[in-house]
Amino acid sequence: MRVSVSWLREYVDLPAHLTPADLEQSLVGLGLEVESVVDLAGTVTGPLVVGEVREIEELTGFKKPIRFCRVDVGDANGTGELQEIVCGARNFAVGDRVVVILPGGVLPGDFAIGARRTYGRNSKGMICSAKELGLGEDHAGIIVLPGSSPAKPGDDARPVVGLDDVVVEVELTPDRGYQMSVRGIARELSHAFGVPFRDPGLASAPAGTEAPAYPVEVRDPVGCDRFAARMVRGVNPAAPSPAWMVQRLTTAGIRSLSLPVDITNYVMLELGQPMHAFDADRITGSLVVRRAVAGEQLTTLDGVARTLVAEDMVICDAGLPNPNPAAGADAGVPISLAAVMGGESSEVVAETSDVLFEAAHWDPVMVGRTARRHRLFSAAAKRWERGVDPALPLVAIDRAVRLLVEHGGGAAGAEILDIDHVSSPTPVVLPADLPARRVGVAYSPDRVAALLTEVGCTVVTGPDRLAADPGEVGVAAGGAVSFLVTPPTWRPDLTDPADLVEEVVRLDGYDRVPAVLPVAPAGRGLTWQQRRQRAVARMLADRGYVEVLSAPFVAVELADQLGLPADDVRRRAVRLANPLSEEEPALRTTLLGPLLGVLRRNLGRGQRDLALYEIGTVFHPRAEVGTPPAMGVEHRPSDAEFAAADAVLPEQPRHVAVVLAGEVEPGGWWGEGRPAGWADAVEAARTVLAAAGIPADRVAVRAVEHAPWHPGRCAQVVVDDVAVGYAGELHPAVIAELELPRRTAAMELDLDAVPAAPVRQAPVLSSFPPALIDVALVVDVDVPVAEVQGALVAGAGALLESVRLFDVYAGEQLGAGRRSLAYKLTFRAPDRTLTVEEAVAARDAAVACVAERFGATLRGV
Amino acid sequence: MRECLYAMSYRNDPYDPKQVALLDPAALAEAVATAEAAFAAAANPDELTALRPAHLGDRAPASLARREIGALPPAAKADAGKRVNGARRSIESAYAARAQVLEREQAERMLVEERVDVTLPSDRRPAGARHPVSTLMEQITDFFVGMGYEVAEGPEVELEWTNFDALNILPDHPARGLMDTFHVAPEHSGMVLRTHTSPVQARTMLTRTPPIYVICPGRVYRTDELDATHAPVFHQVEGLVVDRGITMAHLRGTLDHFARAMFGPEARTRFRPHYFPFTEPSAEFDVWFPEHRKGAQWVEWGGCGMVNPRVLRACGIDPEVYSGFAFGMGIDRTVMFRHGVGDMRDLVEGDVRFARAFGYGA
Repeated sequence: MRVSVSWLREYVDLPAHLTPADLEQSLVGLGLEVESVVDLAGTVTGPLVVGEVREIEELTGFKKPIRFCRVDVGDANGTGELQEIVCGARNFAVGDRVVVILPGGVLPGDFAIGARRTYGRNSKGMICSAKELGLGEDHAGIIVLPGSSPAKPGDDARPVVGLDDVVVEVELTPDRGYQMSVRGIARELSHAFGVPFRDPGLASAPAGTEAPAYPVEVRDPVGCDRFAARMVRGVNPAAPSPAWMVQRLTTAGIRSLSLPVDITNYVMLELGQPMHAFDADRITGSLVVRRAVAGEQLTTLDGVARTLVAEDMVICDAGLPNPNPAAGADAGVPISLAAVMGGESSEVVAETSDVLFEAAHWDPVMVGRTARRHRLFSAAAKRWERGVDPALPLVAIDRAVRLLVEHGGGAAGAEILDIDHVSSPTPVVLPADLPARRVGVAYSPDRVAALLTEVGCTVVTGPDRLAADPGEVGVAAGGAVSFLVTPPTWRPDLTDPADLVEEVVRLDGYDRVPAVLPVAPAGRGLTWQQRRQRAVARMLADRGYVEVLSAPFVAVELADQLGLPADDVRRRAVRLANPLSEEEPALRTTLLGPLLGVLRRNLGRGQRDLALYEIGTVFHPRAEVGTPPAMGVEHRPSDAEFAAADAVLPEQPRHVAVVLAGEVEPGGWWGEGRPAGWADAVEAARTVLAAAGIPADRVAVRAVEHAPWHPGRCAQVVVDDVAVGYAGELHPAVIAELELPRRTAAMELDLDAVPAAPVRQAPVLSSFPPALIDVALVVDVDVPVAEVQGALVAGAGALLESVRLFDVYAGEQLGAGRRSLAYKLTFRAPDRTLTVEEAVAARDAAVACVAERFGATLRGV
Repeated sequence: MRECLYAMSYRNDPYDPKQVALLDPAALAEAVATAEAAFAAAANPDELTALRPAHLGDRAPASLARREIGALPPAAKADAGKRVNGARRSIESAYAARAQVLEREQAERMLVEERVDVTLPSDRRPAGARHPVSTLMEQITDFFVGMGYEVAEGPEVELEWTNFDALNILPDHPARGLMDTFHVAPEHSGMVLRTHTSPVQARTMLTRTPPIYVICPGRVYRTDELDATHAPVFHQVEGLVVDRGITMAHLRGTLDHFARAMFGPEARTRFRPHYFPFTEPSAEFDVWFPEHRKGAQWVEWGGCGMVNPRVLRACGIDPEVYSGFAFGMGIDRTVMFRHGVGDMRDLVEGDVRFARAFGYGA
């Protein structure tokens, strides 16, 4: 909302010299979000003066009619002679006073004015429109000063057109609707500067009369708990809105439409009460305020035909027959979407002479729902949703009626309608020391009462609280006192003691709250899972992987692209009701989808050698999709209730994944690079498990077929016989489908499935020399190395310290389908130097075991 | 022993002129001079080693001379022995001196010959990197863990109840709608992608008893299209303290302390009144950031307040006994202003050049 400081000054005695910075600071300090504070005085520089048009010469022969004017600008041009100015506007006559910028002046947008030759004449300056001066959007013509203006030629024009003003634009927090008005902002400023405030909302206004201003029936006093109206008859339809009103509406970003409509908007800005002006001649019967019947139609002022639902509130013309029998007797036809936007059929038009002003009070929840349902976030709806003072309708009606009669003539009807079901604000019991105890500032009870009174509350001292409840509650100064605080009608947000505490600290100043560091009890540090995740993340980064945090939204087709089988659990995904993109409506069930997307993006940006990792959540919906049980907020749900609710949530295990493409070790002056492959992915899995503290002898890999991996190049990673993930090269079909580089490799583990790291036992270190023996075993190629090695270890016995495969060889002399595995065996005894005979015997036992299990033969080394 | 055997195999003849000649001072001097000259001519340790038998071996003149001594009359033995030993010592020391010189020369030559260009690139292992959001999140977590807080975590697909209801965000609050919040299908499933990490606070209060001092880092979701300043997925850290006698001054003290840890000793916070349903009183807070890329300035940092008693009640904590504060800030936003990131997309898209610029973090 944009308002000028001059308007605010009508109600609050601000300091005479107020800098925009001070103004902004004070508003921010009270919790208003200031978008901008603009001093209009600085927006136009140089000579901007009042001129009186003396002569007009019509120039013809151009595309459009042009006027060559001689304008009296007093002594402002230094000579006192008439100023010659070419002007394209036509909405002025000889004798009119206009706003002239002389050569040397600069208009907003760095538009410098000079003397120039145009349309065959010398033009020395410009006659300005409101838009050119940055005062609004109205470019229809130049500004013509009203006859009542006392300005003389040569006077500075800035004060005359409002360019000496300061404009404040504020955004409002969702809870304080009253701040969306001159009334509200002026009140806040009175707090900030400690200056008097005259509340226009408390102005006296005539009460409702017995006889209604117009027959109105409110059928739903919950949706509409107050409805006031008054008629003004015989208004001059041609009467223009006064310039100052148009100016203020323009500043607020509201277009001037007609005097009655401008007045409703003006009163809304000033008081915060949204209003409506009906053309009484365009209503045929009495008005009925009711809920809509589902399916009813209404064309709102924005020209949109809307279908209503049963929750919307409407104002209906009972004189029109409703074709829908469900609407009931005399339901009438909707002519206004209550509180949100009026309808076309009854709006004020050019011929309107009898105006019915309406000011009501609507249920904020209803308005919020209606506005969202119809996507109609009108200025009125925004105010209703945040809460409007229910005490305003008669004040607003009176203000509107007076303005209309003053500027549009006509006669105010004697009858005033006021259907009032408003309940008065509920008092709140506030322990006088609660603000001090919650904020940590020693507010005295007197100070608390004074600040709340300033906000508009009625504060009376209540019963001795400690007498009633001497229990746990701490006692600060005045702790025994409690206040009974009745919030003002414009503060529906003040319902709890905590709300009142906030008002106290807000007015006293957030900057007065001291800084005190609380001392926490001794904590237990990170959990093992948290430490593990960090270890894994650091280890992967250390191994050359770059961490990625990808968005978990995926396409449904991804499951097909990854070649997942029909019964794969990863095909069952959590779907969003409102995805950002209809193409990605699901949540990932594997990290690989989004991670491969990031890989592709990097490739697209010219990277070739990539190793990425991500640690994140995947989502698996529960088999039985139910909805969580309804739980209130008045008290804690029972453990059973909460457990039942929690059980509905998807499983959300934390996974870790890597993807690799290009070279995993770059080539350079030292030699060739090494392309990434399946083995790097498997190594990444082992790296993760090592970082997770799992001993290598509890980790195994098995060859499996598992999408989206290459069926011959996929390893299942196993810890203690439990599969925790997969690694290897991606399936060529997946690579082709996702347009990835050949041989792209990937690994994904379920971190949550990896057990906790055990407390490891120290090894016994022998200081006796080792015996090293190499063996080469020839076995069938389809015998997995892991099993050969297992047999070696089993056969070698306790003397074997380590075994390492150092060569794999397949050649013709071995025969088809055979390969040679060359191992280096290290034997060592804890208590002696092994003899050659002992080492050889152990070696022979190891080889014998492999020979027995897999038919291995020893190859000459 | 071996020396003794040799001595016995050669009988000394006291009158053998050659033997006498070997013991002659002039002959010994010549043997020394010859050896010294030969050693000096050796160009490297290997050549020198090759000269050793000729001048210090068993058949070398000085060695042969020693054998003659036994044949001398007793009176002459001592004198001749001195001469022979003196000559031998001279040759030994000449050898050692030359050896030292040659070895030093060779070592120096080797150092020259083995010189490499150490400016050759040493990037044989590709550089990995942590994401700056992760490292900042860990840094913040560590700060609070150091103060005794514990880290609480919760699910990203959340119950509407924990994400909204328990936090006093009423059913008609606009933020709950499809415009702002991702809902799990079907629309009224009662589940959403959590819009903040506050549901973790609710879960913590439901499952622990005060005193509670926790920090909740995590991923959150809002229905914002990705652009330079918004992302549908981002990260938050929230803190929650519930204890007896907790005040807004404690909140302020904690955030000031935190601000100094993050932004240096001159940093401090500024509170502005604001509205959040789950706290009352509520504030937004700015931090004075002396090292901002565009000069020292206040930067909007996060939201905070005293936990609304309604929230405490819904989570089973008696607001008459306990009070608490909560605060939260966006990690991505903090990374952006702390490190001068101009475009939020850089944090989300996973371009390796971005994360690599931050390395491993600290």
